[in-house]
Amino acid sequence: MIDKSVPTLKEAVADLFDGAAIMIGGFGEAGVPAELIDAVVDHGAGDLTIISNNAGTGDVGIAALIKANKVRKIVASYPRMAGSIYFEERYRAGELELELVPQGNMACRIQAAGSGLGAVFTPTGYGTMLAEGKETREIDGKHYVLEYPIHADFALIKAYKSDRWGNLTYRKAARNFGPIMAMAGKKTIVQVEEIDPLGTIDPEVVVTPGIFVDRVVCVPHKTKAAA
Amino acid sequence: MQRMSSDALAARVAKDIPEGAYVNLGIGLPTRIANYLEAGGDYFLHSENGILGMGPTPPDEEIDWDLINAGKQPVTLLAGGCFFHHGDSFSMMRGGHIDICVLGAYQVSEKGDLANWHTGAPDAIPAVGGAMDLAIGAKQVFVMMNLLSKSGESKLVKECTYPLTGLACVSRVYSDLAVFDLGPDGARVTEMVEGVTLDKLRELTGLDLKLAD
Repeated sequence: MIDKSVPTLKEAVADLFDGAAIMIGGFGEAGVPAELIDAVVDHGAGDLTIISNNAGTGDVGIAALIKANKVRKIVASYPRMAGSIYFEERYRAGELELELVPQGNMACRIQAAGSGLGAVFTPTGYGTMLAEGKETREIDGKHYVLEYPIHADFALIKAYKSDRWGNLTYRKAARNFGPIMAMAGKKTIVQVEEIDPLGTIDPEVVVTPGIFVDRVVCVPHKTKAAA
Repeated sequence: MQRMSSDALAARVAKDIPEGAYVNLGIGLPTRIANYLEAGGDYFLHSENGILGMGPTPPDEEIDWDLINAGKQPVTLLAGGCFFHHGDSFSMMRGGHIDICVLGAYQVSEKGDLANWHTGAPDAIPAVGGAMDLAIGAKQVFVMMNLLSKSGESKLVKECTYPLTGLACVSRVYSDLAVFDLGPDGARVTEMVEGVTLDKLRELTGLDLKLAD
């Protein structure tokens, strides 16, 4: 019998290692696997490359990883937000490398990694400073920039429901980067609000097929006030 | 010379958005346009974090932090709305499926180059988000802005001096003083608010502006 569920957050992230590249889902606070990130902090692995749309705010989530000095590099589209104090502090001190990527290029580079593509030609960023030094090509009269896949050793994402095979559904706009990061991570670790018996999730509503998922851990929903 | 208020400008842009259009309204002022789309009409508002059919801000007791817009503010979903992941969301833009995108700007060149993500200040921490994807992806990209910066400089320029977001991507600028169509031949004035003249606009922008045919 195959059961991808693990009982604790600690076991879910047990094989992280120093220097790992980790994708973390979420846009703003929606879809951020906050408890899994806490488990990464507790695990203690450092020198990490974090691939995520934002760089966290306050001192929770990715901000907590930065605060704990566990992050060497961030790949993000919008790292600077109100309250991203630790990111700003470490970035200004030259202690944190930033690769700034347009959001759609981040998405297609993650998809390229998950889909086994060697690279993509994307029109986004052509002629801007974010394409400086990159190979370009004119195809049918339009200009494109060559962008390479973003690979990761781990993808940490938040979904809504799972079964023991790792089939996933999501909740509203918390889906965002989850499905494409699940495909790109060498090991994909998912926190879900519910783990349901096999066969009870309607196959027509499965968004991420279990083939892309390695481990699931149940973290029951907390209301915002309680969180 | 009477400048249009932000709300009047939002209402003016809304007049050019036809029912049935798939529209992305950029963070900030452009989001106000939603207030002026014809009530009861079917407009498809896209949010790059994976929403089509986005509705207005909910009352406090209905806020759901899994349902936010690109500016990370709580929103609602209209009947018929749907969710999708980031790959699909940016394919909607890059693939030319979004009809109209309305963005703010630091500068727009008369040929339609856009600068709206970075002031170029050496100590600024850069953040681009979806700005570059929106700029080049939609079938039509409109800019909504005041013609002059706070320090009185024209934001419609010969060549952008701020870092670019996209090349030749803006087709029209709606400003508080006039509406401009942009293209390879430069900017053409299609409308002016009462009391504004072509000469006045030429003086303010320093551009060899022409009236539209």
